[in-house]
Amino acid sequence: MAVAAAMSVFGVDARLNNPYPAEESVDNIVYSSFSERPKHLDPARAYSSDEYGFIAQIYEPPLQYHFLERPYTLVPLTADGMPEVRFFDASGKQLPDSAEAAVVAYTEYEVRLRPGVMYQPHPALAHDGRGRYLYHDLTAKQVDSLRKLDDFAETGSRGLRADDYVYQIKRLADPQTHSPIAGVMAQYIVGFGDLAEKIKSAREQSGTGYLDLREFELSGVEVVDAHTYRVRVKRKYPQFLYWQAMPFFAAMPWEADRFYGQPGLAERNITLDWYPIGTGPFMLAENNPNLRMVLARNPNFHGEAYPVSGEREDEIAGLLEDAGAMMPFIDKAIYSLEKESIPRWNKFLQGYYDNSGISSDSFDQAIQFTTQGDAGLTESMAERGIELTTSVQASIFYMGFNMLDDNIGGGSERARKLRHAISIAVDFEEFISIFTNGRGVPAQGPLPPGIFGHRDGEEGINPYVYDWVDARPRRKPIEAARQLMREAGYDDGIDQQTGRPLVLHFEAVARGPDDKARLNWIRKQFDKLGIQLVVRSTDYNRFREKMLKGTGEIFFWGWNADYPDSENFLFLLYGPNSKAKFNGENASNYANPEFDGLFEKMKNMDNGPERKRIIDRMVNIARRDAPWLWGFHPKSFSLFHSWYRNVKPNLMANNTLKYKRVDPELRHRLREEWNEPVLWPIGMVGGLLVLSVIPAVVSFRRRERSTAL
Amino acid sequence: MIAYIVRRLLYAIPILIGVNLLTFVLFFVVNTPDDIARSQLGDRRVTQEAIDSWKAVNGYDRPIVFNTKVAGVEKLTNTIFFDKSVRLFAFDFGRSDSGRDISYDISQRMWPSLVIAVPTLLVGILVNITFAMLIAFFRATYIDFWGVVLCVILLSISSLFYIIAGQYLLSKLFHLVPISGYDTGLNALKFLILPVVISVIHGIGSGTRWYRTIFLEEIGKDYVRTARAKGLGEGIVLFRHVLKNAMIPILTGVVVVLPLLFMGSLITESFFGIPGLGSYTIEGIQRQDFAIVRSMVFLGSVLYIFGLILTDISYTLVDPRVRFS
Amino acid sequence: MLVLFWTDLLIFVLLAAAIAFSVYAYRREHLRAPWRRVGRSRVAMGALVILSAYVAVGLLDSIHYRQELETRTAGGQSQYSNEVLSLFDWMVMPLKTRGEKTYSAPFATHLYAKETVERADGSQQRLYPRLVFGGAQLRDPAERGADIAQRATIGALKGSALWLLVATFVVQAAAWRSGTGFRLLAAEIRGDLTMTRWRAALLTFLVLLVIVFVAAELSSGYHILGTDKVGESVFYQTLKSIRTGLVIGTLTTLVMLPFAILLGIMAGYFGGWVDDVIQYIYTTLNSIPGVLLIAAAVLMLQVYLDNRSAEFASVAERADLRLLFLCLILGVTSWTGLCRYLRGESLKLREIDYVQAATALGVGHFTIIVRHLLPNVMHIVLITVVLDFSGLVLAEAVLSYVQIGVDPTMNSWGNMINSARLEMAREPIVWWSLFAAFLFMFTLVLAANLFSDAVRDAFDPRLRNR
Repeated sequence: MAVAAAMSVFGVDARLNNPYPAEESVDNIVYSSFSERPKHLDPARAYSSDEYGFIAQIYEPPLQYHFLERPYTLVPLTADGMPEVRFFDASGKQLPDSAEAAVVAYTEYEVRLRPGVMYQPHPALAHDGRGRYLYHDLTAKQVDSLRKLDDFAETGSRGLRADDYVYQIKRLADPQTHSPIAGVMAQYIVGFGDLAEKIKSAREQSGTGYLDLREFELSGVEVVDAHTYRVRVKRKYPQFLYWQAMPFFAAMPWEADRFYGQPGLAERNITLDWYPIGTGPFMLAENNPNLRMVLARNPNFHGEAYPVSGEREDEIAGLLEDAGAMMPFIDKAIYSLEKESIPRWNKFLQGYYDNSGISSDSFDQAIQFTTQGDAGLTESMAERGIELTTSVQASIFYMGFNMLDDNIGGGSERARKLRHAISIAVDFEEFISIFTNGRGVPAQGPLPPGIFGHRDGEEGINPYVYDWVDARPRRKPIEAARQLMREAGYDDGIDQQTGRPLVLHFEAVARGPDDKARLNWIRKQFDKLGIQLVVRSTDYNRFREKMLKGTGEIFFWGWNADYPDSENFLFLLYGPNSKAKFNGENASNYANPEFDGLFEKMKNMDNGPERKRIIDRMVNIARRDAPWLWGFHPKSFSLFHSWYRNVKPNLMANNTLKYKRVDPELRHRLREEWNEPVLWPIGMVGGLLVLSVIPAVVSFRRRERSTAL
Repeated sequence: MIAYIVRRLLYAIPILIGVNLLTFVLFFVVNTPDDIARSQLGDRRVTQEAIDSWKAVNGYDRPIVFNTKVAGVEKLTNTIFFDKSVRLFAFDFGRSDSGRDISYDISQRMWPSLVIAVPTLLVGILVNITFAMLIAFFRATYIDFWGVVLCVILLSISSLFYIIAGQYLLSKLFHLVPISGYDTGLNALKFLILPVVISVIHGIGSGTRWYRTIFLEEIGKDYVRTARAKGLGEGIVLFRHVLKNAMIPILTGVVVVLPLLFMGSLITESFFGIPGLGSYTIEGIQRQDFAIVRSMVFLGSVLYIFGLILTDISYTLVDPRVRFS
Repeated sequence: MLVLFWTDLLIFVLLAAAIAFSVYAYRREHLRAPWRRVGRSRVAMGALVILSAYVAVGLLDSIHYRQELETRTAGGQSQYSNEVLSLFDWMVMPLKTRGEKTYSAPFATHLYAKETVERADGSQQRLYPRLVFGGAQLRDPAERGADIAQRATIGALKGSALWLLVATFVVQAAAWRSGTGFRLLAAEIRGDLTMTRWRAALLTFLVLLVIVFVAAELSSGYHILGTDKVGESVFYQTLKSIRTGLVIGTLTTLVMLPFAILLGIMAGYFGGWVDDVIQYIYTTLNSIPGVLLIAAAVLMLQVYLDNRSAEFASVAERADLRLLFLCLILGVTSWTGLCRYLRGESLKLREIDYVQAATALGVGHFTIIVRHLLPNVMHIVLITVVLDFSGLVLAEAVLSYVQIGVDPTMNSWGNMINSARLEMAREPIVWWSLFAAFLFMFTLVLAANLFSDAVRDAFDPRLRNR
């Protein structure tokens, strides 16, 4: 009562449990959450989805993925049309587009930028009108008065130029940037390695301060005119275009490095890693990752129209209602820090988050799971108009066998049979239904659905583990696995040569409360074959170390695609990529000369029937050798409220915030409806207190009187 | 007295060195500099060169406490330990492994911790004293007995249950307060209610029981009997005399914890998403950011020692018979 | 084949020490007297019965063995399973093995989630499937209420009958010892006239037995506390957690006790530089925030365990070592209080005339410490041990929450609460794991708190305000 009265007195019309200021209730804002501070916001360093969730809205590489169309297709972003590709032979002669991959010595990509792209307002670009930058030569005194980027009074902007993209490529090469893809790019971009060496030696002389990378030459990259640049790549490397859609290759004005490189700024926490500068639809208006991150509309945004075409279902789903409209549709996106899953989940239910957040891991709870793997919303949630989208991710979780191991690894028939037996015994359908709430599909090979080379239906099943029954793959019966064990000389798990039970070791990373159940489950699977599984659980650092040394036996790991190409998955099985031997990403250290040969052939090919044939062969070889137990491809689930529109899962594109639309009026109305305060408990507690005081007062009086007497 | 304080402060130095050394050894046994580099550089496609270069830039390429490669005093000074810990004594925390200025982060995150901890402390004392007084007043009656039993029950419940139940009832069922979060300025008020209420309720059990024994001890003293003999009512005796005298042990008990209020509460802060120093420490551990862990351990130790000195001083102020020795 | 874990060993050492001490104390009146005072408290006697029940479960759960496999080696030698079981597991084997597919509520007959089920006519339907074990004996789930009532009654009757038997035996034995007649003693107990409050103890015992038997009866037909994510009985988990809680509560103080006592007394007795060094050590340890110290130490242990991972035959063995180490490190962070306390006490005792006299007579320091100081500070040690117990049980839950507690693969209340956090966010809510952990933990801690209060009052009323 009193609370209600107080509310009306102060004229507050938002609910008591509204975590946001009442005055922004009907603003055009997207509310979401993040669970951990993004480590890097520098596009040359960021390499994880939570970081991309922010910087992909801010930085713009030349290309992007089409929001609606599938399979994933690249479309221009800041580029004016797709890059022009030219092939050259070793003597520098241009080759026709149909040239064989073997004769191509260089590939040249020419990117032409669209005109009229401007940077967000930023102090690094502020100048005094006569072309002199205001903040490029700060005095120590000036620096002392700074605490955050907003402390700079003036901001400026300028048009996007081709050399901004070239500058960023040079930054990737700079050893001090610590870009995770520097090693990969050195293999492909002409002159990249030399540049890295040159910068390194220059740094050795000048120290760690600012270095003007414009003065260094990168032989494979050329600025043609203000809006055109060319990148020259060794041999044929079609995947290079995919890289051009990642923030690594976004534009970076040299002024940013010059500005942030001034002495003293890093000590004041003013760094490029903290305050981005981009051309995208949003800019980082508030960066307080202990509390919230706010993206606000970039006033200088060049404008982009919502796509006009999509898949057939998109039309029905209403995803094309905004076709042709100018984006972005929202003014602001507020991301709040939410570490615990209970509060986050409840706030979503109360309508204070529009969607289930950037990392949707802990949101699996909401979904009713079934053993068949289809999922639906609970009834109470469907009543509230909450919607759900699912899609199979371009990733794989697998159980790897260390091929260097004596027991389980190696190319012998015996070990292969053992691996096949285990592959049958470990029932990943059950794993998915118990531990991921049905959020996954069992993998038949290394390639997830939606990636070129993946096959659906009967021809796509792994014949060593599955049968095709009733128009769906069915795991072979456990008896088949036992038979394989007998053939391998391990009847009932007893090694017939030594008479001892077969003991295998599983390297597990135990962190959370769920791990106990998971490890027990895995042990039970091996138990079916009579194999004694010893689980060695450890922390992630130690696990990684074991993988690097190649001392593990069986392990569980995963891979997220960088880009939707089969090369990005098959290279995980490529011999020269072995983790133990060459510090690569092939953690099971699988090496099969035939597979490796085919890989070298397919990786430079364009998608087509020929490539598909090679991929099929490779997948079959891998299935036969079974260096992995193929595991499953996780499904991403995204929950969102009825006022949140234009949601379509896009696993490759990260810059999807600009497509989103909210209906703030509806949101406000529903929030009010769902969060009516329940006041009687306050009254009840108060009443109880009063009631309990009465006997106390009575006996107090009595006592007073008795002592007075 | 000043001489005494100076002596105590000097005495703190070897303790702080010991604390620092212990943290270093513990931490570096767990994490090699390579691990630290990897956790900063990320997981995928990281080369050994990148790791080496990161270590060189961040000064982790030297031995930890003893350098055999150089001569003389350098053996001890040209090490990670010396380089990173000596500056701490000037309260220069340097930069975290991810490149942030730690002093600034601490100065920012100190306030949310205080904003939660101070009201909790004050309200807690008030509530506990009230309950303890009530129980003491009705001593040796059924109210006393059940009051104490209730206290024992309250303190037998794990703090996690209080938080989970509190969030569930007040936020989820009754929609009275935001379930978690924090804001600056006056907006912070609505976020404070729940954590403060929960922390206070959690503290009632032990607090009330402790204060009750203090009151009972005071009540047993001669001056209370004298007061009663003068014909004063029981209530007046309790309020005027017992409470006044009992405040001495209560307040000295409070002084010890005062400095540590800065450090915040790990559990409360992470459950309610409050950006205080408690969650900062947890983050440091989880991200294996050694620079943060080291700074927080150092700060914690300094505050602890400071608390001890404060207590000593408060004893002498309250009871002049105690001398500095 | 018997398996002896480190904590098992220590538990039995502790048990032996406790028995030895009680035999020793029983013979000496000045040591017996305070325990008599404890016996005069009704609450303490009730709490003691409950604590004994917990301890009994904990002890049974500390006798480990490995099942022999059916197969034998070529040489005819026996082979043993990798899984380590305990005597307690053997006793409650049905609880362990009768798992469901996934969540089910307490006393449920159906799973907690819908599944698509193929019916006889080939059509598919989404419904809540029947449990494999829970309520499987019922033809019609509607009979459940009657079935539960029937089982509960049988259980209650069995429990009461057994109680009657035990109570008669106990009273008879006591009557025989004290020389009073059975009837007289029984009447005294009924009227609560005995010095030691047997009535409270026996009544608690009755309640306990009834609960145990009702639970056992019901467990044969239902999952009385539901099942967890992988369908394991929550009742079983929470029973298994008892041992973890007890180990943390007792071994922690025990492992550090020698240090605390020795260093504390030495500091107080010798004074001078010894005192300085010891004070330096404990101030330093004390000033590091406990959580950080524990976190670092637990991580360090991980490294140690990983470097020797080949030496561990099973997850349980590793988990056990981690538990032991956690006790050690918790001990390191908590011994300082006792040490400081003992130092103060020894400072006082040093000045007492008989110690002075002994020194003057040239008695060795060691003898003085053992003969004169140690016996006079033992009550402080005892009170600290008892008082710390409940705090440590609670601390385990919090540490597991920060993920630096016991091994995630180990059954413990902390781990249960930790995973229940995620379940609380389910729709509809899964509350029984949290409830079970709460119930068992609360009962233990409450009993321990009530008992420790009585012990403290009996041994040293002056220490009440500590």
